[in-house]
Amino acid sequence: MTALPSSFDVTLALDIVLLVMLLVVAGAVARTRSLLAAIIMFSVYSLISAVWLVVMDAPDVAFTEAVVGAGVSTIILLGAILLTRGEAERPDWRRLIAPALACIAVGGLLVFAAIGLPGLGDAASPANAYVGRAYLEATPKDIGMPNVVTAVLSSYRSFDTLGETTVIFAAGVGVALMLGFGPRASLAPPSAVIGDHHVVPRVAAKLLIPLVALFAFYVQFHGDLGAGGGFQAGVIMAAAIILHALVFGLRETMAAIPPRVARSLASLGVLLYAGIGVICMMNGGGFLDYDYLFPPSVEQQIPGWLLGDSEHAHHWGQHFGIMLIELGVLLTVSATMVTIFYGFGGRTVEAARQEAKQ
Amino acid sequence: MSFFLSHFNYIAVAILMMAGLFVLFSSGNLIKRMIGLAIFQTSTGLFYISLAKVFGGTAAIAVEPGSSEARELASRLDPAYVAQYGVDGVVYSNPLPHVLILTAIVVGVATLAVGLAIAVRVREAFGSVEADEIDVLSRVEATQPGPQA
Repeated sequence: MTALPSSFDVTLALDIVLLVMLLVVAGAVARTRSLLAAIIMFSVYSLISAVWLVVMDAPDVAFTEAVVGAGVSTIILLGAILLTRGEAERPDWRRLIAPALACIAVGGLLVFAAIGLPGLGDAASPANAYVGRAYLEATPKDIGMPNVVTAVLSSYRSFDTLGETTVIFAAGVGVALMLGFGPRASLAPPSAVIGDHHVVPRVAAKLLIPLVALFAFYVQFHGDLGAGGGFQAGVIMAAAIILHALVFGLRETMAAIPPRVARSLASLGVLLYAGIGVICMMNGGGFLDYDYLFPPSVEQQIPGWLLGDSEHAHHWGQHFGIMLIELGVLLTVSATMVTIFYGFGGRTVEAARQEAKQ
Repeated sequence: MSFFLSHFNYIAVAILMMAGLFVLFSSGNLIKRMIGLAIFQTSTGLFYISLAKVFGGTAAIAVEPGSSEARELASRLDPAYVAQYGVDGVVYSNPLPHVLILTAIVVGVATLAVGLAIAVRVREAFGSVEADEIDVLSRVEATQPGPQA
């Protein structure tokens, strides 16, 4: 075996410390009866795992986990307990025996199976030595962009990503069908005059929202070169809109971005993504084969100064294809998250009104 | 490096996964169950990312071959190791599991929202999100059809 690099010791130490923190937080989630405490703990859990992902060289995933876990999923969970109730009942201890035994048995089997796995950081393991390496070697030649994660996500495995975008869209439709699109919230009378104690969050939010939205666009368009892409940018954009709704009220946000617009954009994103695939097919390539995005006659018309060096000329279709499908992902992800939030938020407004009637 | 240290990640992931599964099995509260399911789901992600780590590797964002950054990254490692496992003189972690987990996280939050929406509707229909109470209420409704049934 090759000598271990010295820098690995720091990585390993961080890895172990963060995993122990995750274990402690997961234990706290399992123990607590207060659902609010469980949700906040779960948010902390996501933030720690985001830090751990950076240690494990996965900045793209860390980005996503930080925004999704510590941001959007916390808000959706909080919306759900607002509509249900804040405390779980303490289960009878006798009813915990069977689940505990099942979990210990399965956990034991998993640890037993883990003995046969390659150790942490093994460069020669089958997963790292063949398929991962093949993508790293082929990306500069095939796609011509530095971020291999974006290249694999939106070009090599584009079909897969289309499926996942569609799943997100379908989940948004499912939530909207169950909870409504929340249009009644926009008809609700304006909430009572907001007290002075909300001034600080309002001023802070006014400063933050444009910056968050700008950052979302940076993450979107910088995705080819560094960590980022449509999924992360979509969730960041949704977080900016949700922050606006939390501070200024759902009614104001719905006036700016009506639910109709949100759901139209969600479907437009999927259509744009699939449409790019169809255009590639019409030009003689496979579905989502961006090398055929431009017909040869068009490609010849592209002026030389626009292409940069002629060596990268055949990457023109790849660059445009990836840019357009990432735009589709951005639209679908952000609009779906906003639609889901409107669904939960609209229910909350309605539930409050019914309570007031009674 | 000892066997325990090199396999610590898998043991931690197994415990986290079982913590999620235990919450899912033992809790009667539907919201708590969804949190358990979310922990179970993230632990799968941790497992994939653990497998993708490479000794001394850097994030899978290509460094210009021969640039000062590439030389600095390579200088920290054994040259033979870089020659064997590096791509153009730089060792990277495996990007493929990162791609799979990145999309899985976003799909995870979308499906979490669907589960919670179902819980909200259950609460509206039965006035409770505790599995035991719902069970009793649905049985009562089945034997005595009320005006709503």
